[in-house]
Amino acid sequence: MISDYMSKDDFILKAEGLYKSYRMGAAEVRVLKGVDLAVKKGEFVAIVGASGSGKSTLLHILGALDKPDKGAVKFESRDLSRHSGSELNRFRNKMVGFVFQFYHLLDELSVLENVFLPVMAGKSVVGWFACRRWAKRRARDLLEQLGLSERTKHKPYQLSGGERQRVAIGRALMNEPRLLLADEPTGNLDSATGNGILDVLEKLNRTGQTIVMVTHDERIAQRAERIVTLVDGKIED
Amino acid sequence: MHKIILAVRYFLKRRITHFAVLAVALCVFIVVVVMTVMTGLVSDFKQNNHNFVGDCVVGTESLVGFAYYEDFVNILEEQKDFIEAVSPVIKSYALVNVINTENNTGTGLEILGIDPVKHSRVTSFANTIHYHKGDVSKTFVPSYDPNLVGCVLGIERAFERDLNGNYFYHFTAPRTGYSISCFPLTARGALSQAGTGLVRTKTFYFSDTSHSGLARVDFSLVYLPFEQTQQLCGMDGPTKRVSAIHIKFKPNIKLQTGCEKVAVLWQKFKQEKADEKQAYLLDTVTVQSWKNYRRASIAPMENEQTELIVMFAFVGITNVFIVLVVFYMIISHKSKDIGILKSIGVSNADIMVLFSGFAFLIGLLGSGIGLFAGRLFLMKINRIEDWLFERFNWQLYDRTIYTIGDIPNRVEFKVLAIIAISAIVACLAGALVPSWQAARQKPLNTLQVNQL
Repeated sequence: MISDYMSKDDFILKAEGLYKSYRMGAAEVRVLKGVDLAVKKGEFVAIVGASGSGKSTLLHILGALDKPDKGAVKFESRDLSRHSGSELNRFRNKMVGFVFQFYHLLDELSVLENVFLPVMAGKSVVGWFACRRWAKRRARDLLEQLGLSERTKHKPYQLSGGERQRVAIGRALMNEPRLLLADEPTGNLDSATGNGILDVLEKLNRTGQTIVMVTHDERIAQRAERIVTLVDGKIED
Repeated sequence: MHKIILAVRYFLKRRITHFAVLAVALCVFIVVVVMTVMTGLVSDFKQNNHNFVGDCVVGTESLVGFAYYEDFVNILEEQKDFIEAVSPVIKSYALVNVINTENNTGTGLEILGIDPVKHSRVTSFANTIHYHKGDVSKTFVPSYDPNLVGCVLGIERAFERDLNGNYFYHFTAPRTGYSISCFPLTARGALSQAGTGLVRTKTFYFSDTSHSGLARVDFSLVYLPFEQTQQLCGMDGPTKRVSAIHIKFKPNIKLQTGCEKVAVLWQKFKQEKADEKQAYLLDTVTVQSWKNYRRASIAPMENEQTELIVMFAFVGITNVFIVLVVFYMIISHKSKDIGILKSIGVSNADIMVLFSGFAFLIGLLGSGIGLFAGRLFLMKINRIEDWLFERFNWQLYDRTIYTIGDIPNRVEFKVLAIIAISAIVACLAGALVPSWQAARQKPLNTLQVNQL
């Protein structure tokens, strides 16, 4: 299936005329009002905007966690709206990795288990037993690269905020996704720890990882290769 | 694999699941204990009825009885392929007075005239008597005087019981005479004697006692020798009559098949006797299996059992609700996890399987604990009851009233399996709606900052 996603041009991701609105009581809040965005392979794009400007909504739509009311998201030239439910699950499992502001790790699992969870989720029981050694080795390698090799058996609640976010990055990278989507990855961290996370993202980008990061902080956005500003539901030129 | 791991981890880590397991275990425990005791009582009761009657009864409820029975007995005895033994009996009611006793007001009792040897081949009569267990042919021969005609009294009529339910058997049969009076009837149902000789009376002496385990039988039945009973009831005329013929089938014969064959034989016999003088008596005769014959006694007990099953179905529904509430609580706490799993590509079906697996574990462990505790309790139930009686003078069944020895505690593995499977299914049913709702949750809603 991975071959289905092979790129036909330089753009890994294209959003064309995205509209999204939500209902809040009787009122309808229009969040996105025709967003166009194209991300090239290996790019590090920061989406900035004020609170409520629709940054997170846009990121969720790009990662197929939400659907636009109108418009299309094309990943490696394939329209996500044409994907079936199981194809979207496979897309989220294999093609994208999410990093959230609040880490979103599973407390019942150890650090190592949290990291290799996407591999486990993408396989049947038999498939998992066939690749479990590889998965555990890769998870350990990732944790070593992220400076957490001593924390593999810990539970998420035993870690600091920065450590948790690095575990979340490890999980997002486990299946070697083509695209990493980060939603305010430093929003819950102090500036020193946040810088550490941004260093990790920069390092990943240097190895060719495509990253789209959402932040409200211009200084953090400066670490990205390209900044896109979202104002009033539209990309500002 | 993640479903199994997460289901097990949720199960081990969430304290509320321990309460769910406890609730399931408690329900299973109660159902196992009560159902085992109740099923045991019903099953013992049915067995005692079967032992008392034999397999099949060709008989009439009329006190007149029916004629030509000897011919039919001969026909039955020729059916060696499916009939093991037959026993004609006379059933009636009599006034019984104890001889040489002051304050003797007479008691109306049921009398059953039998040939003890024949009747023991068909029923378990030989096992119910006490003094003549070794030689049933001498059942009606009192040990203290072989020249007298004996009678066998129901155990409740003969001896008293202690609080533990044990009877005070005398070392030898006590010499007690009974004057037994009947109204002999003609074949047309009229009194066969007129004037002062309206009643026919005979004296019998206590020779043995019968303990059938059936309260009504043990309390109000007197067994008498066949011929004497026939005379007492006026069934000893030129055309002799009986009330019923009890039949025992060969061991490999199914009850229904045997009864159907007997019914065919009876119809044929009835046609052959159609021109006989007392053929009209054959019209009231029915062929019934022991279950139908004793239906009036068994049905109320079976009804009680059915009512109990219905009540426990409600316990099962309560179980479903407990699991449902627990799962709503668990899933409301785990909505973030559901969002995380969906963000890494876990499908809705997998989310359902995850929480169903969780419910399955609750059901499995809960029913396991409940079955184990129930089994243990049942193994000790009689000792516990004895202890309670010695310590607090309390009994589950008053042995002076109920003809129960030990509380039935035979565990039927089929029943245990049904209870365990029902408990697991109840857990899965309870978890179904919350799991379905969990699977339908949108990841975006659960991962938003304001949801945390």
